Amino acid sequence: MIEAALVFAFGCYGLGLLANLWRITRGPDVADRILALDTMVINLIAILILYGIWHGTAVYYEAAMLVAMVGFVSTVAYCRFVLRGDIIE
Amino acid sequence: MSSGSSLLPIIAILPFLGALVPGLMIRAGRTACATFTAAPTILALVMLGVLAPDVMRGEVIEARIEWLPQLGLSASFFLDGLGLLFAGMILGMGLLITLYARFYLSGEDPMGQFYTYLLLFQGAMLGIVISDNILLLLIFWELTSLTSFLLIGYWKHLPEGRQGARMALAVTGGGGLAMIGGMLILGNIAGSYDLTDILTQGDAIRASEWYLPALILILIGAFTKSAQFPFHFWLPHAMAAPTPVSAYLHSATMVKAGVFLLARMWPVLSGTEAWFYIVSTTGLITMVLGALIAIFKDDLKALLAFSTVSHLGLLTMLLGLGTKFAAVVAVFHIINHLTFKAALFMSAGIVDHEAHTRDIKRLGGLARLMPVTAAIAIVTALSMAGIPLFNGFLSKEMMLDAASETVWAGSHLVVPVLATLGALLSVAYSFRFISHVFLGPVRDDYPSKPHDPPFGMWAAPGFLAVFVLLIGILPATIVGPLVAVAGGAVVGGELPYYSLKIWHGVNAALVMSMIAVAGGLVVLLLHRPLDRLWQAAPRPEAKVIFDALIDASAALSGWVTRNLHNGSISRYLAIFVVATVALGFAAWNGGALAPATRPMLPIPAVVAVGWVLLVVATVLVVTMHRRRFQALVLIGVIGLMVSVGFVYLSAPDLALTQISVETVTIMLLLLALHFLPKHTPLESPLWRRTRDGVIAVGAGVAVTGLAMAFLTRDFSTISDYHLANSYTGGGGTNVVNVILVDFRGYDTYGEIIVLGIAGLTIYALMVSLLTGPAARRLRNTDYSQDRSRDRHPLMMVVATRAMMPIAVVVGIYIFLRGHNQPGGGFIAGLVISIALLMQYMASGFAWTQARQRIQYHAMIGWGVVVAGLTGAGAWLAGKPFLTSAYGYIDLPGIEEFGLGSAFLFDLGVFLTVLGAVMLMLYSLSRIARYAGETVNVEPMDYDPSKRVEAIRNGGE
Repeated sequence: MIEAALVFAFGCYGLGLLANLWRITRGPDVADRILALDTMVINLIAILILYGIWHGTAVYYEAAMLVAMVGFVSTVAYCRFVLRGDIIE
Repeated sequence: MSSGSSLLPIIAILPFLGALVPGLMIRAGRTACATFTAAPTILALVMLGVLAPDVMRGEVIEARIEWLPQLGLSASFFLDGLGLLFAGMILGMGLLITLYARFYLSGEDPMGQFYTYLLLFQGAMLGIVISDNILLLLIFWELTSLTSFLLIGYWKHLPEGRQGARMALAVTGGGGLAMIGGMLILGNIAGSYDLTDILTQGDAIRASEWYLPALILILIGAFTKSAQFPFHFWLPHAMAAPTPVSAYLHSATMVKAGVFLLARMWPVLSGTEAWFYIVSTTGLITMVLGALIAIFKDDLKALLAFSTVSHLGLLTMLLGLGTKFAAVVAVFHIINHLTFKAALFMSAGIVDHEAHTRDIKRLGGLARLMPVTAAIAIVTALSMAGIPLFNGFLSKEMMLDAASETVWAGSHLVVPVLATLGALLSVAYSFRFISHVFLGPVRDDYPSKPHDPPFGMWAAPGFLAVFVLLIGILPATIVGPLVAVAGGAVVGGELPYYSLKIWHGVNAALVMSMIAVAGGLVVLLLHRPLDRLWQAAPRPEAKVIFDALIDASAALSGWVTRNLHNGSISRYLAIFVVATVALGFAAWNGGALAPATRPMLPIPAVVAVGWVLLVVATVLVVTMHRRRFQALVLIGVIGLMVSVGFVYLSAPDLALTQISVETVTIMLLLLALHFLPKHTPLESPLWRRTRDGVIAVGAGVAVTGLAMAFLTRDFSTISDYHLANSYTGGGGTNVVNVILVDFRGYDTYGEIIVLGIAGLTIYALMVSLLTGPAARRLRNTDYSQDRSRDRHPLMMVVATRAMMPIAVVVGIYIFLRGHNQPGGGFIAGLVISIALLMQYMASGFAWTQARQRIQYHAMIGWGVVVAGLTGAGAWLAGKPFLTSAYGYIDLPGIEEFGLGSAFLFDLGVFLTVLGAVMLMLYSLSRIARYAGETVNVEPMDYDPSKRVEAIRNGGE
């Protein structure tokens, strides 16, 4: 059962990644691209967790946590760049 | 013996230690400075005197300190007769020159500097003559080239001094390079780099097929140093040095280093046809040519310089003859030449000092004005001419004796005739030196009225002149034992029959000598017409040729450099990439590639999606890179996918590092991009872009092929060793971290230093940037257009405050567990710096900076210090640098845990990484302040708690 659920979830997040890629490629706006990148980070975190469940190890959980912790920082930086130009004022 | 072996290294090191003193003592006055220069020399002389009786009895004193035994390099010294003779000459002359220079140098010359250089040179020279290890000898050999460069160029304001110094360094340094090759070959043949071993293996070395290359390379080294034809031209140009230097380096010691080497290697290298023809012919040509040029030189020092060239040729010829007798004569002549030539140089210096000219045409009649100097100069010049009762006569007679019995290429006449010619010319220039400078009528047009100098100045040459006479009259008593022991060391066995006395009866040498004196007188009388002839005759000018050679080679290297390094990074990359791919392709086609042994793995769908993301994003970066910000967003995608790829391929450490580095890099680039154009203009033509595209695709294909080749084959790597020894050797189960802090700790130590340097360099560059024209541009550009008014949003500030402690705890956690599980100082440093960066972004640079106390510069420094001290701690346990130690600690309340010295080392890594990253961001952020940005004092734009307070205050 859990395997079927994992396969289904992998499929969903994989499709999500491709959708993010489409948005990053097409834009049209910079804001769209940044948002797509941020969503991509979240999708990847999910995939890492799923992968950890698949293999039954906690190592991937930690990797996912670290990605979560630093992943949004670059999003913030991109946004500040768009909004204010200088990211550290 | 035991006391001797401990004294020898001290003698070697004394001049170097002493060299530190004169620079300081000059503050106490010139006499004090000279006294303190003499002190180490006297001390070394005394120690040498203690050792001398043993050496004179025929013992060889040895001292050995292992240095790099793996390379055959040891700091070993030995003192035999030859070493004793030279060491005595170097130290004794050093003392006399110290005294002479005290009076010679004027008040404007930096005397402390001079004495420091002099002692350094003395140490280097001493090292050559007492080194037992030929690698050590080479080091001292190069040191003499360097220190003589400093001494020749001592009068930095004179262009001749600078050019002469450069020429001497180029020639002797180049010869030194050749000699390194020769010595390495020699050491290889002998199987040892110790002279004492090499000297016992003469037969094996001469029989080796590598004998000739070794001989030629060593001879190039010796000939350049001892100014042998055709390398003799540097010596006269080195005469731009102050006279004490000329007397010390260019007559007594340094130029004798080549001769010393020939003598030292005599038992090993001589005795073959190659040796005889190369060495004796070179010596003979140099002797005649040097003497011939000397006759027509009007500059006193140039005359003496060419005479030195001639006498060095004589010594080389004697050693080249290959007979034991000639070798002993060479040793004897080394002593004689030292005494008369150094005194002559000093006399010339006195004349120059007093009359303010050394042009022979402007001098004459000085015997009446400066009788003491004249007496010294005449005694020593007569010795140089080889007149009986002076020591030069004795060795010249013995030289002619040796020459008269030499057969050169079947001819019995060549060597004796040329030797007589050399002696004849030598008589001519010596007599010219006497008659044209000191004899004749007193003139009234000297640039300065000459008179005898103070005692201190003529004491040294006077002392030497006394020796000239003493040796000349009582040779066997004064220097007999020394010649015997030094000559014995050269010939390495039984001494040949010789006798040091004035009268040998009427023999061939006496006849040749008489011809020489008579002929010399004739040349002197005919000097005027001969001089006109000489000046009119065309002859090659060494300096012009040398300068042309140097210019040509400089132009060639300039051409190569300009074409390879034209300042365009794309060209460097193109050359590098094409060359690497071509080499790789050649290796690929070499046929050594084993067939693939591993099957391809299946590709899961999710991984394929990730692959698509990576490929599409990479292609997009290429097509969109002119819009810089969009390109940065896409780089974010690539970084993310690479990190996840590392996770998938079981490299969690790399993934953690990658994602942190990625984030920090993006922020750095964004910071810089703010002040840069947002678009890259199209600058290169289509063909160039096509070419670069082809190169890039080629490189990509090559790397792919290489990766595939490795991934599909089984092979063993060093990883297996690391995996096997990580826990037992390094005390950790995280192999990556153990490699970083233990197996390759030295690398890591170097890398954190480099990282620290990079951080400091960025800081320094920013400081200089902000004081230059760029700062003006920054001030005059308005960056604030079109900005959002949300400067420090409330949401972000609050989120950061919640995040900061969590991030710091995670950082510490990752740091602490690093040795056994994914993590470590490097990642922890990055995580904590990201947390701090968040704070900087949220509440602004100035607000955050005002709330942190630690200087990032200091953090880098502490990091390196902590790591270094940890490494050095291993010394206390008697282990090599950076050997890690670990153990288990059982604290009540918590589980038993392992703690290693690697932990402290990792702390150093952590501090350096954190400091360097923060310093870089700090430096880039400073630009904004220059761009006229205002400083915020509040942590956020709108603080709701303030409003609550305000209402409360208003309500009351």
